Amino acid sequence: CVNDLDRLPTYDVTSASVYANAANYKPVLAKLYAGLAVTGQAGPAGRPDISNIDEGLSSYVRQYWMMQELTTDEAVISWNDGTVQDLHNLSWTSGSEYVTAMYNRIYYVVGQTNEFIREATDDRLSSRGFTPEELTNIRAYRAEARFLRAMAYMHALDLYGGNVPFVTETDAPGAFLPTQTNAQALFSYIESELKAIDADLLAPRTNEYGRADKAAAWTLLARLYLNAQVYTGTARNTDAVTYASQVIGANAYTLEPTYSNLFKADNNRSREIILPVAFDGLNTKTYGGTTFLVHGAIGGSMNAANYGVNSGWAGMRTTKALVNQFPDPTGATDRRAIFYSNGQNLEITTILNQFTDGYAVPKFTNITSTGTKGSDPAGDFVDTDFPLLRLADVYLMYAEAVVRGGTGGDLATALTYVNALRQRAYGNTSGNLTTLNLDTILSERARELYWEGYRRTDLIRFGRFTDASYLWPFKGGISAGRGVESYRRIFPIPASDLIANPNLKQSPGY
Amino acid sequence: QGITVSGTVRETDGSALPGVTVQIQGTTRGAQTAVDGGYQLTNVPTSATLVFSFIGKTSQSVAVGNRSTVDVTLADDTKSLQEVVVVGYGSQRRQDVTGAIASISSNDFQKGNIVNPEQLLAGKLAGVSITPPSGQPGGGSQIRIRGGSSLNASNDPLYVIDGVPLDNNGVSGAANALSFINPQDIETFTVLKDASAAAIYGARAANGVILITTKKGRQGDQFHLNVNALGSLSVNSKLVPVLSADQFRDLVTNNTTLAATPEQKALLGTANTNWQKEIYRPAVSGQIDMSGTGSFKNVPYRVSLGYLNQNGVLKTSNFDRYSGAIGLSPKFFNNDLSVDINLKGTIIKNRFANQGAIGAAISFDPTQPVYQEGSPYGGFFEWVTRNADGTSVINTQATRNPVGLLMQTNDHNTVRRSFGNAVFNYRLPFLRDLRANLNLGYDLSSTTGQSVVPAAAAASFNQGGSITQYSQTRNNKTLEFYLNYVRDLKKISSRLDVTAGYSYQDFIRDEPSYASLRAEPRPVNGVLTDTVSAAGTPFRTQYTLLAFFGRVNYTFKDRYVLTATVREDATSRFAPNVRWGTFPSLAFAWNIKEESFLKNSKAFTLLKFRAGYGITGQQDLPTGLSDYPYLPRYTLSDLTAQYPLGGSYYRTLRAEGYDANIKWEQTEAINAGLDFGFFDGRLTGSLDLYQKNTSNLLATIPVPAGSNLTNQILTNVGNLTNKGVEFQITGTPYRREGVNLDLGFNITYNQNRITNLSKVPTPNDPGILVGTISGGTGNTVQIQTVGYPTNTFYLLRQVYNAQGQPVEGLYEDRNADGRITIDDRYRSYTANPKVLLGFTTQLTLRKLTASFVLRGNFGNYLYNNARSNNGAYRNFTNALGFLGNGVTNVLTTNFVNNQYFSDYYLENAGFLRLDNLNVAYDFGKIIANRYPLRASLTGQNLFVLTKYTGLDPEIAGGIDNNFYPRPRIVSLGVNLSF
Repeated sequence: CVNDLDRLPTYDVTSASVYANAANYKPVLAKLYAGLAVTGQAGPAGRPDISNIDEGLSSYVRQYWMMQELTTDEAVISWNDGTVQDLHNLSWTSGSEYVTAMYNRIYYVVGQTNEFIREATDDRLSSRGFTPEELTNIRAYRAEARFLRAMAYMHALDLYGGNVPFVTETDAPGAFLPTQTNAQALFSYIESELKAIDADLLAPRTNEYGRADKAAAWTLLARLYLNAQVYTGTARNTDAVTYASQVIGANAYTLEPTYSNLFKADNNRSREIILPVAFDGLNTKTYGGTTFLVHGAIGGSMNAANYGVNSGWAGMRTTKALVNQFPDPTGATDRRAIFYSNGQNLEITTILNQFTDGYAVPKFTNITSTGTKGSDPAGDFVDTDFPLLRLADVYLMYAEAVVRGGTGGDLATALTYVNALRQRAYGNTSGNLTTLNLDTILSERARELYWEGYRRTDLIRFGRFTDASYLWPFKGGISAGRGVESYRRIFPIPASDLIANPNLKQSPGY
Repeated sequence: QGITVSGTVRETDGSALPGVTVQIQGTTRGAQTAVDGGYQLTNVPTSATLVFSFIGKTSQSVAVGNRSTVDVTLADDTKSLQEVVVVGYGSQRRQDVTGAIASISSNDFQKGNIVNPEQLLAGKLAGVSITPPSGQPGGGSQIRIRGGSSLNASNDPLYVIDGVPLDNNGVSGAANALSFINPQDIETFTVLKDASAAAIYGARAANGVILITTKKGRQGDQFHLNVNALGSLSVNSKLVPVLSADQFRDLVTNNTTLAATPEQKALLGTANTNWQKEIYRPAVSGQIDMSGTGSFKNVPYRVSLGYLNQNGVLKTSNFDRYSGAIGLSPKFFNNDLSVDINLKGTIIKNRFANQGAIGAAISFDPTQPVYQEGSPYGGFFEWVTRNADGTSVINTQATRNPVGLLMQTNDHNTVRRSFGNAVFNYRLPFLRDLRANLNLGYDLSSTTGQSVVPAAAAASFNQGGSITQYSQTRNNKTLEFYLNYVRDLKKISSRLDVTAGYSYQDFIRDEPSYASLRAEPRPVNGVLTDTVSAAGTPFRTQYTLLAFFGRVNYTFKDRYVLTATVREDATSRFAPNVRWGTFPSLAFAWNIKEESFLKNSKAFTLLKFRAGYGITGQQDLPTGLSDYPYLPRYTLSDLTAQYPLGGSYYRTLRAEGYDANIKWEQTEAINAGLDFGFFDGRLTGSLDLYQKNTSNLLATIPVPAGSNLTNQILTNVGNLTNKGVEFQITGTPYRREGVNLDLGFNITYNQNRITNLSKVPTPNDPGILVGTISGGTGNTVQIQTVGYPTNTFYLLRQVYNAQGQPVEGLYEDRNADGRITIDDRYRSYTANPKVLLGFTTQLTLRKLTASFVLRGNFGNYLYNNARSNNGAYRNFTNALGFLGNGVTNVLTTNFVNNQYFSDYYLENAGFLRLDNLNVAYDFGKIIANRYPLRASLTGQNLFVLTKYTGLDPEIAGGIDNNFYPRPRIVSLGVNLSF
């Protein structure tokens, strides 16, 4: 009877048996990607990936979006969940559940990808008797897992400043205390990883939709180098030009002819999106992701049905700082101005519990490019994918890197790229620029990429995030805006991890 | 040819004594006395002698002679030397008991509308905290013995019924492990409180053990039928004070703080609806129980049938229970082999009311009507969003009509359970001191449940209604065997009682997964379909427990008793290298009364000192976790959490976080106690001091980021201490012929502290946030911190103005950083009561008996979430196109925004409750002058004295939100014997 003590699960599989079967690698890879989209194994909620936070809030895209957008001039939120208002007020603490949840999401990806990479080493694979074709596929999966891990670490570098725990596939899961790395070391690691996987990644736009290819890694490298001055104190603009050029030169990705189609329910058909986080109203359900971005942006006199959903959550609006970047807010001139102003006040006097202060931003919708509603008949969950990496950003990165003095490119080409975006926006050449400087690039980035999760990083790179040189409504918690301490360029290490891991030291200022 | 003899058996105080065995000496024929103490025997030879016996009383033998009436009075067996106490794996003479054991038998149970067995105990025993269920029919109580010894894992005691330890993982759809037992079938409860008593149950005993024995037939009984019927009326006693419709209209129209927009004002209605009155009702419940006992040939039996129909005060809630039990206790081979067979079967049918209606009734706009002409939502008024083109759609963000929530939800289930066991107890003919005991038990249950919301219901109107289903089957098996050797060693004035045994238990749970359906099909991609999401992954889990145990009980000169136990336990839940655990105990008792200097004392009838030490364990995992926490597992995602790669959707495989070395939670406990009795046993009591240190707590804690596969895992971390004092005293201050007054009082003081919470020492560890409230998303108000009790409240200290009003948003800047932030929260008070108190009394005046139970908790606090979540002006208007009501408290605070973290909402929830008031009258033999009738009138929850401002101060967990109020209940019962 003592043998009866060796009970094994019936429906779950153990790690030993999972990796014995080549067919299981792809569902594991799918989880690595799904970790950015859904919040758990039940969908929309239940069996969450990370705990200690409301599951809907724990979505990677939702968290990332809040950290990158609510902290800036691009977005305010009317809700009062926990310390969410601290984000726009730039007054968060190490106890903030948002600071903690984003961090936990990042390390969730790191942990899951490490596990897969550990089980997919050449050594282990060779002992499992797979066919050459299976091995080729699994090596590509492994390279994509390393890509996702590099991207997660890049978010750690960008959001938390790089003085963060560092673990790789050589650290088996357990109860050990990871060591703290630093920005320079983490930067080098991300750089080397993204380069190392180049051979195993598929050529641009030859991989399945939803999976990373070489262009995705290059785009991420370009972004890493463009921000190198912030991350390490050393500019790497020439490298940024190199990798941006590589993406553009591959001629695999092309601009979506209609800007607004990039954010619609069938944006999976776009050739501009280099890497999406995919959602589906029936099969990939979450209360985070684009479901949050579509519902949360609807309120006031907006008719939710016009956006393909059943309701507005009356949450996010924007400040006049963004609206004023456009020649006019109606979108008649620059079609990228997707604002809803009927009954909305441009000036914000009240953020909390009031939707009508600040223009609404129905940029993301659950309507397809042909005008039909998304697949969920109830209108709860959204089909729209979140464009994590797209070509327009690569164009702008190229231009910026050149303007910042990177070699290997030229201003004339840079101008062509920027004007390509402006021509799409204006429908003709009337909006074309003739010169480029840092200010025009930052403005152009706001107009092109607003609400897509770039703004905080951009403002920091341009030195306008914390100090008083650039103010927006309620920056620092007062309506006129004020400068805040420069240490807020990064978020603190969450208090919960400082406790769990005595190897960690808090970032300066916190 | 004999005569018919009848009579009445009374106690020395003159009150009737039911349940006394009356046997014709030398035969197997006999009878039991009925509730009025009466008995009747036919065909009694005049030469016969009748033997009257009852536990705790001195037996009497009376020669019949020519009398047709034989009345006797049975005196208390003051020495009680023969009294036997049920302990783990066997029984012991009361005098040999060394542990802290409390027991209570059917005579002392709470009375009235009792649904679940544990309600019989409430307020009766020191150290046993029973938080009665909410008003939900069939609800279960929360039971804590000497405080909770665990943080995340179960704090429920182990229940052992007729020798079979039950699975603590409850049956799906049932309140708790005991809810399948008809309280009427229970004879005694024995609570093993300290480690020395409980350690024989080793790894499952850390939270104490409750042994339950059910009623049995007795050898030689004549057939005896007992019928109990009870009818009850429950009424809701209190409502949350909210604004009336007129107050509400005035506020929205005129209040300048609220400053409602014209659009918001236009939403106001003209009705006057008290939503809370609309959702509650007076509820009538009834139960009828029949039991027959007797002896067929040589086989004593008891058969019982019960039916209970309980309606809740919240409309639509109902609980039906059909229960049956059969007990057979034959003896064979000159009584050397005794067999005890217990079979129980229960069918429960639940209809669960949608309890979301409770919160909705507080916050729903009182100016709106319940019903609205032409409403597509089943005729109910519901909030809609009107579009510019005049069409309207349901407003999915709005509060739903509370009455609609109730009437348009049919959430019901049926649970069938059968459990039972056969115990073979064999006294070896060649070694009379040795007996072998084999216990074979089973516990099977199946639950099927369904919740239907019609397509017209607003709650899922867009989806086309919903049908959700679930089911569960459980299959638990028990095999236990032990040998028991008892020997009196007269030469050395010693007595030895040795037990050694083996236990095997296996638990299987199966929960299939069902598709989530629409009540009415809707087009999906152009095809009408009724599936919202297909079935996910089914759940099946199994664990096995195995143990060897032993006990030695040694008594010297009837004065000094030593008990040592040990149990070697193994569980399949932990890895092979850590799954075995050893759980020893040692205890000592000194019967001081038996010493020469007290032996002849008239004042003392009992004086005994007890001391014990032991280690118990815990292997029950927090609910919802699988039984394989040490294994690296991959789980498959449901069909609604797939991920598309290249246009194909993949069900994903997720690596779960795990701790390969997870092991037992361990509780080390010491206990010292004194039992005493004075004045011929008229005053008895006991005093116990205890301390329990739990280490290797099974807790779900944040792990260092990057070190595992998720951010929190279940692991062994931290220590927790409970220490306390228990005092219990019962007395009979007045005793005359026919008049008797019994008083009982118990008080418990328990102090609970977390002494460590992390794997590595971290002096400034703020702790783990717990206690999620309603309001906002993921807001918590409690914290686990080293040096504080579990679930300590963690809030901001409210600052008040000169008028004593709370100032919105102004809190004490505890960390003096010049800003008021969430970091200024402080720790204070806890939901756990410091002091528990129970007071019982019973007065007998000839045929009238009156009793009450008064119960109180002190030092416990509650967070009034009903107020904090509905007590701000922002609750009345919003950006989402509907209005909401709030509590009248907002007029006092004038809060504009909800101040969830204000300690203004933390309230002292100490209370004194009149749990039970019972008056019974004995009508004697009324029908054909043969069948005795007894009637009783019971009031339950008649009043609560408390400072707490919410509905009820007694809410487990400390957060008062959406609480199904406990009704006031009046019951009328009759008992008839045949």
